[in-house]
Amino acid sequence: MTTISESSKKLDMALSKDRARVLKSLVLSDKLFSFATRAAAYAVLILLAGIIISLIVGAWPAMKAFGFEFLVTRRWAPQLEPEPVLGALAPIYGTLVSSFIAMLIAVPFGLGIAIFLTELCPHSIRRPIRLAIELLAGIPSIIYGMWGFFVLGPFLANYIEPSIVSAVANIPVLNSIFSGEMVSNLSLFNASLILAIMILPFITAIAVDVFSTVPPVLKEAAYGIGCTTWEVVNNVVLPFTRVGVVGGVMLALGRALGETMAVTFIIGNSFKISGSIFAPSTTISAAIASEFAESEGLHQSALILLGLLLFVLTFIVLASARFMLMRLEKRAGA
Amino acid sequence: MKFSSLIAAGFALAASVSVAFAEDISGAGATFPYPIYSKWADAYKKVSGVGLNYQSIGSGAGRKQIQAKTVTFGATDIPQKEEYLNTNGFVQFPMVMGGIVAIVNLEGVAGGDLVLDGDTLANIYLGKVKTWDDAAIAKLNPKSKLPSLPIIVIRRSDGSGTTFNFTTYLSKVSPDFQKNVGAGEAVEWPVGIGAAGNAGVAANVMQTKGSIGYVEYAYATQNSLAWTDMVNAAGKHVKPTLASFKAAAAKGDWANAKNFYLILANSPGEDSWPMMATTFILMYAQPADTAASNAALKYFDWAYSNGGKMAEDLDYVPMPDSVIAQVRSAWKGIAK
Repeated sequence: MTTISESSKKLDMALSKDRARVLKSLVLSDKLFSFATRAAAYAVLILLAGIIISLIVGAWPAMKAFGFEFLVTRRWAPQLEPEPVLGALAPIYGTLVSSFIAMLIAVPFGLGIAIFLTELCPHSIRRPIRLAIELLAGIPSIIYGMWGFFVLGPFLANYIEPSIVSAVANIPVLNSIFSGEMVSNLSLFNASLILAIMILPFITAIAVDVFSTVPPVLKEAAYGIGCTTWEVVNNVVLPFTRVGVVGGVMLALGRALGETMAVTFIIGNSFKISGSIFAPSTTISAAIASEFAESEGLHQSALILLGLLLFVLTFIVLASARFMLMRLEKRAGA
Repeated sequence: MKFSSLIAAGFALAASVSVAFAEDISGAGATFPYPIYSKWADAYKKVSGVGLNYQSIGSGAGRKQIQAKTVTFGATDIPQKEEYLNTNGFVQFPMVMGGIVAIVNLEGVAGGDLVLDGDTLANIYLGKVKTWDDAAIAKLNPKSKLPSLPIIVIRRSDGSGTTFNFTTYLSKVSPDFQKNVGAGEAVEWPVGIGAAGNAGVAANVMQTKGSIGYVEYAYATQNSLAWTDMVNAAGKHVKPTLASFKAAAAKGDWANAKNFYLILANSPGEDSWPMMATTFILMYAQPADTAASNAALKYFDWAYSNGGKMAEDLDYVPMPDSVIAQVRSAWKGIAK
């Protein structure tokens, strides 16, 4: 007996020692793991702060020279003697308007496609269509730019836009928005259309994903009491997935605001604010892309300031979207 | 016998290796002379074994690179003033010249079918002449049937030496243009669509009916675009040819141009083409790496002596012999 109990005691001791060692090593690896993940998360924050700081440092001379005037000046004359006159109003206008038009086109189309795919589409063609739309998201933006420049732009300018112009020629307001004074291959509208095509897959892909999270029993119940597809989508699917859909739309908007290469190709790079969407314009990112390499001094600083403004603009848009979403949820919860 | 020949072979091998590994000349700047610089470099590599690494990134960027001392020479289409040269310790000399042409895209209009004068061209770029059948254009081209299409103005979106030379010309011939736009690499255009690079302007004009743009002559011929003839300072109708470029270049008073600061815009003379560009090289007078600097000078020296024909094949105008002699004496200011 004694021998057995003694040996079991020994065993216990050995085991507890082992356990302590194992636990100790676990604690160590746990700490390492938590440190590594924390470092990764903080590194992003530090990176973000670094980017903002270097933008501010680079933009400082322009901020000092132009102050708040920069935001409301329409002129862009980098080599004016004796002092350059530079203002961000034209590129800000171009950025906002092109993104707005792009969203106007892409959101209904994107959600429409997603509803079709999840509610109405026969199973056999669902996969090919989804695949095609996901492929659309994978096309590099320079390809969109080239296609817009060589194919879409000339097509719109030669066949579509002249008929729009003549159709609204006698309607006030519309005839200045769709003015035919200078219809060319490169314009604000053409850039917006390319942007719409580029952001469509983001909206569709995310919407399809969140739509498929709706519990079938909810939909079946709705159909069971005689709802039409539209009623099911409008009253069951969309309310259930609102947060995800708005998230996808915001992601798309973020991309539209910052899109550079394709827009630079087809917007016409003109620092003019024209009432017509068929006139050439520019965006913040297009202005930076086309002028940065050959800029010096105050001109370069002003371009960096434009970059900082885009940063702030994107932040404001995304933050206000978050805020809207929060209010929506609160109201829904109440 | 055998041993010594082995040694000789060894030396020969070593020599050939050292030639093959001789450091490439590094330069950066203007895009306009890039075709001829690379053509010269190919030929030069065959005779000397020394290659050229030229980054065609634009005049302004080239000046930044040489200021940062990351390259041995910078290339700029805009002559730099004495103050800039002195503060940076640069020596400046011209390398090659070329012509700028206006290109148009109109149905049934081929190269040389239309003629413009400086004032009309300036008014087109000011947005004052708006359609192709405007009286100012019709008066210059009584025989051509001009459509009543709007003129779509294409110009550069990036800072550009070509723009500098083009706007310098327009400012010289049109006080209105001088007052409202002025000369510069990146000016405040009142109208038009911005395109990146000579190639971008050419591509845009090719794509857009009723458009007009300005490019280096080589870009017009390579893309078979319709260029326009010009009325020059002497009031004569001239065509963009090597002969008219040369005539304009010959009017340049290089002998009296300090630091070769000379802009060949609106040259006098009955045969002179009015819109010209000269491209310049910037090098340090006191280079940090004299070996690299000497290698670059050797390449330029070779190009002046042997590159004239190659330049003319690409529609560039080589510098006249008198200017080359002047440049070679200016090289005495670069520490060897």
